[in-house]
Amino acid sequence: MTGPGGGAPPAEATSEAAPAPGGGRRGAGPRSIASRLMENRWAGLAGLAVALLAPFVNASPYALSVMTSAAIFVMLAAGLNIVVGYCGLLDLGYIAFFAVGAYTSGVLSTRLGLPLVATLPAVLVVTVIAGLVIGAPTLRLRSDYLAIVTLGFGEIIRVTATNLDVTGGPSGIYGIPGLTEGPVSFYYLTVLVVAVAVIGAARLGRSRLGRAWRFVREDEDAAEAMGVHTYKVKMAAYVVGAIWGGLAGVLFAAHLSAVSPGSFTFLQSALVLMAVVLGGMGSIRGVVVGAVIVSLLPELLRDLADYRYVAFGVLLIIVMLVRPQGLWPARPKEVAK
Amino acid sequence: MNAPLLSVEGLRLAFGGVVAIDGLTFAVGEAEIVSVIGPNGAGKTSAFNCVTGFYRPTAGSVRLRGRDITGLRPSAVAALGVARTFQNLRLFGEMSVLDNVRAGTHLRIRQNVLDALLHTPRYRRSERESTEQAHHWLDFAGLRGDRYGPARALPYGEQRRVEIARALARRPDLLLLDEPAAGLNHTEKAEMLDLIRRIREQGVAIVLIEHDMGLVMDVSQRVVVLNFGREIADGPPDEVRRDPQVVEAYLGRDADEAEIEQARASVAGGRDGGA
Amino acid sequence: MSQLVWNGLFVGSFYALVALGYSMVYGIIKLLNFAHGDLYMLGAFVGFAVLGAAGGVSAAMALPVLLLVLVLTMGVTGLAGVVLERVAYRRLRGAPRLSLLITAVGASFALEYGMRAGAGADPRVYPVRLSGTTLEVLGARVTLQQLTLVAVAVILMIGLNLLVNRSREGRAMRAVALDPRAAALMGIDVDAIISRTFFLGSALAGAAGVMAGAHYGKIDFMMGFLIGLKAFTAAVIGGIGNIPGTMLGGLLLGLLESFGTFWLGGEWRDVFAFGVLILFLTVRPTGLLGERVTERV
Ligand SMILES: Nc1ncnc2c1ncn2[C@@H]1O[C@H](COP(=O)(O)OP(=O)(O)OP(=O)(O)O)[C@@H](O)[C@H]1O
Ligand SMILES: [Mg+2]
Repeated sequence: MTGPGGGAPPAEATSEAAPAPGGGRRGAGPRSIASRLMENRWAGLAGLAVALLAPFVNASPYALSVMTSAAIFVMLAAGLNIVVGYCGLLDLGYIAFFAVGAYTSGVLSTRLGLPLVATLPAVLVVTVIAGLVIGAPTLRLRSDYLAIVTLGFGEIIRVTATNLDVTGGPSGIYGIPGLTEGPVSFYYLTVLVVAVAVIGAARLGRSRLGRAWRFVREDEDAAEAMGVHTYKVKMAAYVVGAIWGGLAGVLFAAHLSAVSPGSFTFLQSALVLMAVVLGGMGSIRGVVVGAVIVSLLPELLRDLADYRYVAFGVLLIIVMLVRPQGLWPARPKEVAK
Repeated sequence: MNAPLLSVEGLRLAFGGVVAIDGLTFAVGEAEIVSVIGPNGAGKTSAFNCVTGFYRPTAGSVRLRGRDITGLRPSAVAALGVARTFQNLRLFGEMSVLDNVRAGTHLRIRQNVLDALLHTPRYRRSERESTEQAHHWLDFAGLRGDRYGPARALPYGEQRRVEIARALARRPDLLLLDEPAAGLNHTEKAEMLDLIRRIREQGVAIVLIEHDMGLVMDVSQRVVVLNFGREIADGPPDEVRRDPQVVEAYLGRDADEAEIEQARASVAGGRDGGA
Repeated sequence: MSQLVWNGLFVGSFYALVALGYSMVYGIIKLLNFAHGDLYMLGAFVGFAVLGAAGGVSAAMALPVLLLVLVLTMGVTGLAGVVLERVAYRRLRGAPRLSLLITAVGASFALEYGMRAGAGADPRVYPVRLSGTTLEVLGARVTLQQLTLVAVAVILMIGLNLLVNRSREGRAMRAVALDPRAAALMGIDVDAIISRTFFLGSALAGAAGVMAGAHYGKIDFMMGFLIGLKAFTAAVIGGIGNIPGTMLGGLLLGLLESFGTFWLGGEWRDVFAFGVLILFLTVRPTGLLGERVTERV
């Protein structure tokens, strides 16, 4: 367990000591272990510690609910970061996968009387299918097409949920069973799941597949020339992102014990995107921080409700113009091993 | 059995009305260096794009050891042992130099999603291999600069080396280099020439697009000349250099004696410089 | 039957007007301007404000007043489009496409919620309605106001087509769309041409906004969201970047929706339109009139 921000376990760092033929040419020397820890593990561990200790500061039902929502939001941001940050594909309807996950588990648990955990396999299958259906036609095309098709997809899922009887129509589904007894244990379960999800996303990002995602983001043609099947790689990013969103949806359903179409508007998709962009696309630490800020800020700025979203929109433009790498960017400089 | 490594036959490529390549036929044997030359816009890069699957030719075929690869997607062509560089450097700019070259090992290393999530021994091993190979090919290409910083931070000449190292990490049988010496200074050009020779010594066949005649004449076994999409010559360098059609293509009908003299001199000069 | 056709053509002419701006901007800088639908919304509100300031409008004067307001609004939204391009997009023209798209989303968001902050979240009732005289044409019930609106849309589209195909301005636009660098070398002021393209596209969207307000009677800050999606679908059907194709796409989408609604029920209209979009992207991503281009490597 390395916590959100998931640093590389030390084993990896030492085992990757490559022989250095022509050693002197190597450029920058290895950096001190201390500075490395500061950047990786400590940031993640500190984040996890804050999350674990927060209930000791304030465990009112309201505070717990807000913190649980924030944790779920972090998971969403980590998932969208795979698609937007690593792979460079703009998904404007990401909340649809969240909805698919929440509705699938909600419908199955209330109609069939299943415990929520038992719905997970179905959630996985349905979100993967949803990812494939949207990704297959659009990932072949220019990336802008994906952006707008996902925007439409987000809307369509919401409209469909509103129109169907099985999803409870406009008022949605009530009485979804929880995953644990009581809000405190659910909060800790959520933090655990989200931490694993964040570490998982970070590990994928550093793997062969994760590098392929970034090759695609940087230059699709060059990636193809290196033998990277860009279509499959984009599809993988999209499907993995869908799974993260779908699982976050299950947590959401368990948290509120109810789901309705109103929770899955474009506004929500835009907020998750905001978290990713603000924190720093492709930087898992930045994205986690961005998600916490974006999800907690509205709680602090309740009075400014109307101007809040205007500010978000303007902020998106400003970030892109002034600091496109986000608040806490991914290091292009890797640790000398 | 006796099929050449690469054979291009009757290649034709049209964009709407513009015919970029009009009947190109040539072959490349194992570990051979063939140069493709021609004035700007002659269709050299387009020919590369047809061979590597980026463009789908209007007619004609591309074969690799006798196997038809026409119309395959670029990654499939790459998987069969063809690597290339691009005319205007296509590095993954924001990624580290090392990661750039690791791209070449993408098809060679074996790890799946579970390995990556659980950091299994297989994951560690494959990552280590990938890193070692990347270092090896960077050494081979003679990179002096920082390997851990973003690729875009390197000077131009160094970026060229990284791009070649990346292609070599693919361990290709055939390497297509699109103007690798463009924009390099005199010393760097000599080093590039040396690098190209060393690549060939590894048993890799090379197709080279290059405007520097000295370099071309020095390093190639054969030269193919394109002009307005048409192939106007194919033969050993000495023969091609004397071909009147080639001289005319390069200098135009109106070239006066002085210009021709100058061109000859520059060709000879490049030869001396390179040797 | 003919009623369905007429309804389809009527809605389709709105889609076409909005889609044109989308398509022109895409044609010239290859950007999907997500804020385009919001310029349509802005147009509706500008028209609303102007009409409100003018006080009550008698039924007899409704049409001339509305046309005047239309022209005014087109000027305002056109300028808004120019400012948008200037402030948010121009500096990012060479940046990664993702940055530009995100900026466009930010602009859309700011416009929507800016309008909500300014005008409130509740729908506003348009202060002018055109008279509802009904005619029978080939078995379809057609109101006079529908005819008027379609006529205005057709005139605007013909005007745009003339402008793009016949004028110097239009030639320059087509040149920039084809190859901005070559156009710049030929002495064309690329920035100015892009500004004008934004002006034209945004003005058309604004016009459509006013017309929608006058027709439906109600406007709200999110009204541009769905129409933006529909306009994109229309542009894809016809061939994005292609002006006649986009007009055709708009009408076709209107017709498809009209029949789709008839068969499936109104609540599935948007899902149906989206299905059409996915189908087109799968089968013919270049659209009906768009041509296939090989991207340079
Ligand atoms: N994707 C494309 N779409 C349209 N025309 C193209 C495309 N790619 C190349 N062309 C055209 O094909 C012709 C040949 O171009 P190509 O790039 O192959 O020439 P080249 O020999 O590599 O020239 P240079 O020495 O300048 O690199 C040119 O007229 C070019 O404009
Ligand atoms: Mg070329």
